[in-house]
Amino acid sequence: MPDLFAQISPAWALFLSGLICAVVPVHTVRKLVMVLAPLAAFLLFLAPSTLGVAGGVTQIAGMDISTYRLDRLSYPFGLVFILAAFLTAIFAWHNKDRVQDVASQFYAGSALGAVFAGDFLTLFVFWEITAIASVFLIFRRGTTASRNAGMRYLVIQVLSGVLLLAGAVMLWAQTGSLAFDEVGLDAGLAGWLVFLAFGIKCAFPFLHNWLQDAYPQSTVTGGVILSAFTTKMAVYALARGFAGEEILIWIGAIMTLFPIFFAVIEDDLRRVLSYSINNQVGFMVVGVGVGTSLALNGAVAHAFADVIFKALLFMSIGAVLMRTGTARVSQLGGLFKSMPLSAFFCIIGAASISALPLLSAFVTKSMILAAVAEEGHWVIWLILIFASAGVLEHAGIKIPYSAFFGHDSGRRPAEAPFNMLLAMGLAAALCIALAFPWGGYQWLYAILPYNTAYNPYTWDHVLTQYQLLFGATAAFVILRLVNLAPHEKLSTILDFDWVYRKLGYGAGVWIGDMAGRLMAHLGGVARGAQARWGRTLGEVFTPGGAVARALPSGTMSIWTAILLGVALVIAYVAA
Amino acid sequence: MTPEIAFLPGWLVQHAPPLLVVTPLIAGVIAAVLPSARASWGIVLAITFFAAAMASFIAMQVMEVGVWSYALGSWAPPLGIEYRIDGLNAGMLLLVAVIGFLCAIYAPASVEAEVAPENRSAFYGAFLICFAGLLGVAITGDAFNVFVFLEISSISTYALVAMGAGRDRRALTASYNYLIMGTIGATFFVIGVGFLYMATGTLNMADIADRLQGLEGDRTVQAGFAFIVVGLGLKLAMYPLHSWLPNAYSYAPTLVTAFLAATATKVAFYTLIRFVFGVFDPGFGFAGLSMIWLIAPLAAAGMVVASFQAVFQSDVRRLFAYSSVAQVGYMLLGVGLGTAAGMSASFLHLFNHALMKGTVFLALGAMWLGFGVTRITDLRGMGRTMPYTSAAFVIGGLSLVGVPGTAGFVSKWALLVACLDRGWWWAVLALGAASVLAFFYVGRVLEMMYLREPPQHDGHAVTRSPAPLAALAPMWILAAANLVFGIWADIPVRLANAAAAAVLGSAP
Repeated sequence: MPDLFAQISPAWALFLSGLICAVVPVHTVRKLVMVLAPLAAFLLFLAPSTLGVAGGVTQIAGMDISTYRLDRLSYPFGLVFILAAFLTAIFAWHNKDRVQDVASQFYAGSALGAVFAGDFLTLFVFWEITAIASVFLIFRRGTTASRNAGMRYLVIQVLSGVLLLAGAVMLWAQTGSLAFDEVGLDAGLAGWLVFLAFGIKCAFPFLHNWLQDAYPQSTVTGGVILSAFTTKMAVYALARGFAGEEILIWIGAIMTLFPIFFAVIEDDLRRVLSYSINNQVGFMVVGVGVGTSLALNGAVAHAFADVIFKALLFMSIGAVLMRTGTARVSQLGGLFKSMPLSAFFCIIGAASISALPLLSAFVTKSMILAAVAEEGHWVIWLILIFASAGVLEHAGIKIPYSAFFGHDSGRRPAEAPFNMLLAMGLAAALCIALAFPWGGYQWLYAILPYNTAYNPYTWDHVLTQYQLLFGATAAFVILRLVNLAPHEKLSTILDFDWVYRKLGYGAGVWIGDMAGRLMAHLGGVARGAQARWGRTLGEVFTPGGAVARALPSGTMSIWTAILLGVALVIAYVAA
Repeated sequence: MTPEIAFLPGWLVQHAPPLLVVTPLIAGVIAAVLPSARASWGIVLAITFFAAAMASFIAMQVMEVGVWSYALGSWAPPLGIEYRIDGLNAGMLLLVAVIGFLCAIYAPASVEAEVAPENRSAFYGAFLICFAGLLGVAITGDAFNVFVFLEISSISTYALVAMGAGRDRRALTASYNYLIMGTIGATFFVIGVGFLYMATGTLNMADIADRLQGLEGDRTVQAGFAFIVVGLGLKLAMYPLHSWLPNAYSYAPTLVTAFLAATATKVAFYTLIRFVFGVFDPGFGFAGLSMIWLIAPLAAAGMVVASFQAVFQSDVRRLFAYSSVAQVGYMLLGVGLGTAAGMSASFLHLFNHALMKGTVFLALGAMWLGFGVTRITDLRGMGRTMPYTSAAFVIGGLSLVGVPGTAGFVSKWALLVACLDRGWWWAVLALGAASVLAFFYVGRVLEMMYLREPPQHDGHAVTRSPAPLAALAPMWILAAANLVFGIWADIPVRLANAAAAAVLGSAP
């Protein structure tokens, strides 16, 4: 029996749970299934005794399909996705919306399936399911803004899938294999198409706007779930297909840098967190781009840690949003008085993302920085250091400070419900455990793709990090004191999407307008001919639609004759 | 050749090919004159089942042993009429017979709702005769015999379509149009056969093929080729000769639409292949050139244009009728490639298209039975009011789009690969465009069915109204086949490869 289970991808457990949720009307049963499904997935995940299994192998029309590839790269991603599915299920326990339940199960299941996919076809299928399933987590907010943002999100995500399929087909034509392994940009157009597909989901600069557009419009629980899967799945895909591509280093460095400026002035805290996803994923992309074993380890480990602390932050802000109905800085503040536990967990998450020693990002991000330094990319290294300080600024301090402390908004909402606190508590505990110097980080390092003897807790690491953190904190405090810090207002920040949402739209309207005038002019010329034709047609197409349908047999006969002529001409020419 | 099968009586085995055609033909006449429609249906059910069994037996036999030639009345070919079954038509016979049987299960539900009581026996009679005609076209090895059976099946089809008048009077004009166009097609075909007879002095297809060697430059042969291709192009709704099809499919009784969509154009398509590749030599300059300059471009144009037309339809069966025209384009494209891989992909798509369109039209028929709706906007909330029917429709629709895991994907992929092998990038582009459009037109319907609220009736949402089992069973058999053949594509691929091998002498 264990052999059999070892062949079954854990993703199916979540899909099964999604199907059950779709038909079970009883809220409690659904929630129980949703919590148990990740556990079942975990058991399946443990079933293979060795890594490197390839299960679910079949052939469809001569193509080798493999739905379950468990190796050292997919192992940590699979594990953390199962973990995230578990935490989010607990967090969403109170949520009675069946659509969201089903969507979240399919979304988590497909993300897991994509990570375990051994070939491009399987990857494509799960890639598209993540897009389609996750959009419901945005739609179900129920506002017009969320509906529009959801549609924009869906279009871009599906586009990513189409590009992926196109690239895969071209790769297949070139190599005759559908296996999802190292692709590389040397593969020409095919490689670039796949790269672009991954890049969209990974929110590369200029391809990133769907993220800040859609995630803040999602439901309370949806935001948490969304933050965990899509981008990290893309990081996995990049690590699999494009490890060591030089261009990724620069892309990643820009990703770490530009969101900071937006995030610092942004008013909506969930949008701040969305920018922070960009920023953190940027670190991972740099790691993938460097491509050494240390760098890849760092990227994977950072993804692992990021899923948890980002979920934690989204959870705490989600709790605030649920209790107060807003996540805007300008309307929040002083909530720690009535939501002390949420505030505490938020601080843990914020300190984790800022890479405070003894918390998770410290043991993971430092690996990426060390790898960058080792390879001699000093400019990049400086950018990353600057970005790390920026993380503290926009996420580490701003998030907990403006929501729970800062100027008192006078709101005294109730503490988050127990299930949310439990989920936050578990996530916070994990943040601490993953960086625990005696056994914690060693466990994390042991499941990484490459064996490593790296030790994050050396004096110089810890000291550097403290200097950085103190410097950034001091900057924050001083700027607040002298009132130079930019203030968040209820405002719209122009990001790159302005180009296609406003400029592009405007240009489209203008062109449409001009084309309309042109057509009107041409129409005048054509109208005379049209009128004559119209009379003729009108005589044939008498109002009853039935007679209008009698016309084609005449036209058709003419067509038949024309085709016969063409066929005869071809035959004569050939002979 | 006398095959050895232990569990069937010897005479049945020996005369299986003619029995397959003659039994439904005679039974059709009997069914038409019976006073009770129920009794007629009993005959239809029994005969189609018998035919399906016979066809499977013949197909197995051909797969095992090879070509089966039967001389009617023991008049040896080429003088007598020969029934000749090889890898190409064994699968066709099986397809027609099985779809006919599945449609027969659904028949009474459709007939009692749509056909006037005094016409019902005649309807069943016409159905059986059409069935016999289609089998006859597929089985015969005689060129003139093909024409006769083509007309038998077509004329009964006109009657079947016209009987939709009990529901919608527009069926009459649709049928009239179909009659005119079908007759032109048949006339062209028979003129072409006449030219071939002039040039070779024989009507046996294998014999014509032999005697055509060396006649490549003969003007008579060339003219015959042009007439046959255009005539059959009309019958199989090759773009732009398709315009009889949308109306015929929209206004015919739902049963007839499902049956025709899954079989009639397919048989015409088979005949085209048989003539272009089996009778003429594809090595002939004019045949090869027609593939590249006539059939392939029209196929690609049809795929794209008809898909566009489908997107803008408001009547749901009309939408899928245009989609059928587009799918015929897929099949023709495979043929136009002229390679073994293309031929195999094209036959694969032929089988799979029969499965998906059968599912879709049966589901739409059941929806008409339940609520009397034909417009797309009237399908809103169908996912809730007819859940099982809608689920089957979803499978058929996804297969039509070509979602991986469904049969449609397998054949579209095979076609894509065949185009890539040939290096026809424009064809790949057309394939992609048509698939995206298919996503839209299927998506439009699915959106109505699943994302809209059911309509209100007297202030209450319409309640659930599941389809009868007689409609659900065949629909779900076909839907399941879509899924099964999407994952275990072995059987259809074998049949398609056998077909390609029979035509081109080499399998991909």
